[in-house]
Amino acid sequence: MAYAAGVDVGSTQTKAVVVDEDRRIVGRALIDTGANVTAAAENAFIAAVRNAGVLEEDLAYVVGTGYGRYKVTFGDSQVTEISCHARGAVQMFPGTRTVLDMGGQDTKAIRVRANGEVVDFCMNDKCAAGTGRFLQAASFALEIPLDEVGPTALRAEKPVKISNTCTVFAESEVLSWLGRGKKIEDILMGMHQSIATRSVGLLRRVGIDSEVTFTGGVARNRAMVQVLNGMLGLQMNVSEESHFMGALGAALFALDRILSSRVAHGAGPHQADGAKETAS
Amino acid sequence: MSFTAGIDVGSTYTKAVIVANDGQLAGKAIASTGFRPGEAAERAYKQALAQAGLAQGDIAYIVSTGYGRYQVPFRDTQVTDLTAQARGASFFFPNTRTVLDVGGQTMKALRLDENRKVKSFRLNDKCAAGTGAFLEKAARYLGYSIEEIGPLAATSKQPVPISGVCAVFAESEVINHVSSGATPADIMHGAIVSLVDRSVQLMKRVQMEPEFTLVGGILRFETMARVVRERLKSTVNVPTGDLVQCTAAFGAALLAHRRLERLGGEGRARQPLAAASTDLSRQAAG
Repeated sequence: MAYAAGVDVGSTQTKAVVVDEDRRIVGRALIDTGANVTAAAENAFIAAVRNAGVLEEDLAYVVGTGYGRYKVTFGDSQVTEISCHARGAVQMFPGTRTVLDMGGQDTKAIRVRANGEVVDFCMNDKCAAGTGRFLQAASFALEIPLDEVGPTALRAEKPVKISNTCTVFAESEVLSWLGRGKKIEDILMGMHQSIATRSVGLLRRVGIDSEVTFTGGVARNRAMVQVLNGMLGLQMNVSEESHFMGALGAALFALDRILSSRVAHGAGPHQADGAKETAS
Repeated sequence: MSFTAGIDVGSTYTKAVIVANDGQLAGKAIASTGFRPGEAAERAYKQALAQAGLAQGDIAYIVSTGYGRYQVPFRDTQVTDLTAQARGASFFFPNTRTVLDVGGQTMKALRLDENRKVKSFRLNDKCAAGTGAFLEKAARYLGYSIEEIGPLAATSKQPVPISGVCAVFAESEVINHVSSGATPADIMHGAIVSLVDRSVQLMKRVQMEPEFTLVGGILRFETMARVVRERLKSTVNVPTGDLVQCTAAFGAALLAHRRLERLGGEGRARQPLAAASTDLSRQAAG
């Protein structure tokens, strides 16, 4: 049995997934990217391989993706995170036609075909507004852990309207609302609504076609899911493994390479290792 | 002799300046704005008074400016920061035609006509990329305080390239540069160059013409003025010392004098700052 891996080096976290020949996730790992991107990629990969309970030499092909994909020095090739998220989302939810990927520093709206091919996409490439960084700024300013930001926001009764678009200015705005006696949950809900409004704008630009699948690290945030569902008037697909969707897509592209080289050479998995050498 | 006060409540710092009717600076003070601008204004004002050796009653008229100008309860009136900045800059440098003002959270380019009136202006106040917040974020990541930005950048030989599109993205760039071994000085220099590039774009949009006067808190970093000079290939005026930070407050105080003249030298009746104050000499001073 050959295995394939995908390593998604995001701005905040690095994700690695190992899949078997039946496209099942058999191992996964999530670590903070930090300053040393190459080391993060390597550590996530090793952890995912261990988690799968296989040996590194069983991994026939590795695809890197995410903003740090070229730092996956041990990878055999790179695929953009747009293609990977699309591929992963369609694998997980075959009815997916639109993907919203919300990560630590970027948000992307992607329209896909039934086979996972990308039709169109739109992203925030000029500015961190409307990304996970907005929540990180709030968590930093209010001194509450990032994974409590969503649950706290869900207790809001009168959400505050955040007027700043810029993440840096929004961080000061959060503090000034606090100074004016607003409740933390109402401020946080305001931050969620601000991000959601921008994301819905991105989605409209590519066209919203049901089903919509929500991927990326922020998809773990239930408050964000709730606000987006409300604004879109539909229920998005959200998986427990949403933040692994890019890495899963990358692993599936890696698996394609293994399987196609087998067809080409009419041989077993050791031949795929040969393909790896020429590709790298 | 009469005295007026100008109080500029900026996003980061609040500046108070006391000016005599002959245009001489009598006292100035700078306080952190924080989240209670009214209190910061009072603090800066009292310090400036103490430096001038004057009492509250000696001040005939108070004009506030800056983003928090409506939060100064003891003001007589307020003017926009554009008007105040134009007045201050052209007082120090009468031939000023273009003013660049880079503050903690805004960047402004102003074009003045021959009569020193604001002809046109452009602002960047929606995005931190063109403001001091950009440098502050980079400094914070590198482990330096705001006051160390100037001396640090001055030691740089070669700036590293930093794109000026977003202060948040720039932080990731800073992280990458650190991990690839660039020195903090070169990184900070790069951040300043990127800020200057945005400033020049803004100045182009007001059809800039010499003379150029640079003001605002960020111009206290000498590297900033030097890079602007190189980019414009022109000499630039920069008020000396921390006056560069106080030109808008100075302009507001000058405008207060003009208002006084129109009122015939009589300031409006004003409650003393603190209830404990029993100073009644204000009318005499006016």
